[in-house]
Amino acid sequence: MLQLSNVSFHYYKKHILQDVSFSFPIGQIIGLVGENGSGKSTLLKTMVGLLSPRSGEVLLNGKQVTRRSADTIAYLPDTDLFFDFYTGEQLFQHYASQFTDFSYEKASTIAAYLQVDKQAKLRHLSKGNRGRMKMAATLGREVPYYIMDEPFSGLDPMVRESLIKGLIQFTDIETQTIVLSTHELYEVEPILDQIILLKNGSIVAQEDMENVRDINKQDAVQWMKAYYKERVK
Amino acid sequence: MTLDFSRDKPIYSQLVDRICGDILKDKLLLGDRLPSVREYAVETGVNVNTVQRVYKELEAMNITETKRGQGTFITTSEARITALREEMKNQLAQNFLTSIEALGFSKEEMLVVLQKKS
Repeated sequence: MLQLSNVSFHYYKKHILQDVSFSFPIGQIIGLVGENGSGKSTLLKTMVGLLSPRSGEVLLNGKQVTRRSADTIAYLPDTDLFFDFYTGEQLFQHYASQFTDFSYEKASTIAAYLQVDKQAKLRHLSKGNRGRMKMAATLGREVPYYIMDEPFSGLDPMVRESLIKGLIQFTDIETQTIVLSTHELYEVEPILDQIILLKNGSIVAQEDMENVRDINKQDAVQWMKAYYKERVK
Repeated sequence: MTLDFSRDKPIYSQLVDRICGDILKDKLLLGDRLPSVREYAVETGVNVNTVQRVYKELEAMNITETKRGQGTFITTSEARITALREEMKNQLAQNFLTSIEALGFSKEEMLVVLQKKS
């Protein structure tokens, strides 16, 4: 169980996260949504130990999350942090040297499934293919938590669809959890179990996806917009 | 292919309708084996937990049966499928009545239109 309690974060006087508490159970795909600048990326970084909260704590199975927690949490950053002179193959070898849970075979299978050439240098790949390669490298790890920052952003609908299918195909929802931030809510909604809405650094709403439709008679986009309108009034 | 889902209805129930529809259209036959939960999730682009719920609903409706270790199969009972056909017809008619009522049309005037069509 990955647990945030009263997590706050600020740069100088600017508050980025305010008093965020949430438990991420195993066995779900959880969507983190909210307008630009609402704190999604910062929240994800505190969850993987890249940033430590100024107050509050992040616990994984009762132990404080630090940079060392990378051995049980796989993080897909929103930026291209990889060496662009690497080929996909070298990227996978690099991952294998860093993470004991990484399977070169699994990553290669995923790359093949997503139809991206692992012999090509990353810098020679299109943005869509780099997105696929990042996904293959991330899912090549076998961990309880995958934390993904905007895995679909800037990609065309066909790439998004193949990544979504890859996510379903190559994770085991009984033993793993995926937390991902996204703006492509309309397309991502069908794979979500739960949705969290972040606004000005706080969680303003959280709901089981089924309830959004069953009880509120809305889809995820309408649900999210309704919260924004309420606040504007 | 990933499916487009309508906004107002839970995804699991749209998938239940879809499978029922495939049975009525004979795209799925009595005793056919359904894909595994994961296969169907990948095919339709939805969460594995959602497909699990779909399969549970279908089983509760006696439309499928799960054989341990072998998978999920469409029922072999003709009677159940005949009943399903009636249920779907009724549901469709009910939806139709609700929407014409919302627009203030009478059943009688719509019947005239329906008969002229086709």
